[in-house]
Amino acid sequence: MSDLQSQDYVRRSASTMTPPAARNVEDQVAKLIDVSRCIGCKACQSACMEWNNLRPEIGHFEGSYENPNDLGPSVWTLMKFAEYENEQGNLEWLIRKDGCMHCEDPGCLKACPAPGAIVQYANGIVDFISDKCIGCGYCVKGCPFNIPRISKTDHKSYKCTLCSDRVTVGLEPACVKACPTGAIMFGSKVDMQHQAAERIVDLKERGFAKAGLYDPPEVQGTHVMYVLHHADKPSLYSSLPDKPHISYLVQAWKGLYKPLAVAAVALAALAGFFHWITIGPNDTTEEDEAEANNEIRETEEEQVP
Amino acid sequence: MTRPANAITRYTTVNRINHWINAILFVMLVISGLSMFHPILFWFSELFGGGQWTRAAHPWFGVCMVVSWIGMFIQFWRHNLPNRDDVEWSKSIVHVVANDDEKVPPIGRNNAGQKLVFWSMALLIPILFVTGLLIWEVYFGKATSIETQRVAVLIHSLCAFAAILVLVTHIYAGIWIRHSVRSMTQGWVTPGWAWHHHRKWFRQVIGYRRGDDTPGKHP
Repeated sequence: MSDLQSQDYVRRSASTMTPPAARNVEDQVAKLIDVSRCIGCKACQSACMEWNNLRPEIGHFEGSYENPNDLGPSVWTLMKFAEYENEQGNLEWLIRKDGCMHCEDPGCLKACPAPGAIVQYANGIVDFISDKCIGCGYCVKGCPFNIPRISKTDHKSYKCTLCSDRVTVGLEPACVKACPTGAIMFGSKVDMQHQAAERIVDLKERGFAKAGLYDPPEVQGTHVMYVLHHADKPSLYSSLPDKPHISYLVQAWKGLYKPLAVAAVALAALAGFFHWITIGPNDTTEEDEAEANNEIRETEEEQVP
Repeated sequence: MTRPANAITRYTTVNRINHWINAILFVMLVISGLSMFHPILFWFSELFGGGQWTRAAHPWFGVCMVVSWIGMFIQFWRHNLPNRDDVEWSKSIVHVVANDDEKVPPIGRNNAGQKLVFWSMALLIPILFVTGLLIWEVYFGKATSIETQRVAVLIHSLCAFAAILVLVTHIYAGIWIRHSVRSMTQGWVTPGWAWHHHRKWFRQVIGYRRGDDTPGKHP
């Protein structure tokens, strides 16, 4: 969304050059969402709309507390409500604030073909630089969490910026500011991990033996983490992926194949050139014309008896 | 060069117009597609007015190309039906590449290499079209699952890569075999060219009955 100082970039989509990495002591930031403390009030959704000036179209009621029904180009965060019947036969209402997870190894960035349209800052935030976005939808395919949404109006991709504009001037993200129960926290990633660890001990004492932190190593960790009471089964929380990873299809497409294919095309053209300068063109000679004319004459003679 | 009196028509006006519409679209597809394939080629997108324009135009080039290709297929499929000569010709591929044409058996209107170009395209273009539709974000972004689109985009890029290799071969063959470009731009070849490169076709065209191979019919 917003373009911070270019020296802050540690990753830049579709770029063959390494971005500047002089700022190597910057704190990694993280947002910690304690699902066990969420009351589903949607203050975070409102704050997100308010700060980012987003007004999604009014949709239809689909029989769920989720409102709107899905993330969208102007819905960057969404409370998801799951009703779960636990082993004791009791109902648990699992509410999860969905949105970009700000992966340390972002699949969207890996898949993006437009140079600089997706960047990662030194603090870990993954941001879409909208003026460089071409609207191809490759980020959608790269994302392990099904987050980016392409606008039908301007054909650009949108998602949570982790309020990179606020964070860069030392403020916390708008959703964090608005949360009335302190379920959303923000700080350095290490601090958030400590915070989570304390809360997990607390939850375990209260009977949630499988409580834990969701910081999936398959994407080298995320800059949005969850404290889950059922960390052994993340998918209970409205299909939060158990083992999120960049699709192997995307890795194949964006891996070695990419440079090898370009090299192979260049080599094919070069092979042609070297064939030309070694073996050379295949031309028709005077003798060929003479042979051909002979056959034409013979045919004509045969046809005129 | 003006068409000589004894020139043989190899491609009709309709053949040629169709071929060049196809060729122009194909090249535009290759350039716009490659710009979205590897960042080192992203500057190709400037030729189409930038990244957004390239992304928007590429699928439409593809739709036009499919229409054009249907025309190509209808006009040329008969000339590309495989026959026994293709086996013999393929066996002597080393002599073909080395320009040792005396050691290459006589063939009809198209050789096995040309047929391979035709059938490769006949296979790849429909696959590229279908997979392209699946990843056409503007219209079909929500039509299929993301997983389907991941499969589609990978197949699309693999087939495009194969098609580009076929294209490079096709273009070089046109340059290498002198005056075959003229046959596709002006439509004619000299009797000597036809005799040298496609002897059975030449004999079929002139109605030649002697010689050591199967007698041809007068067209």
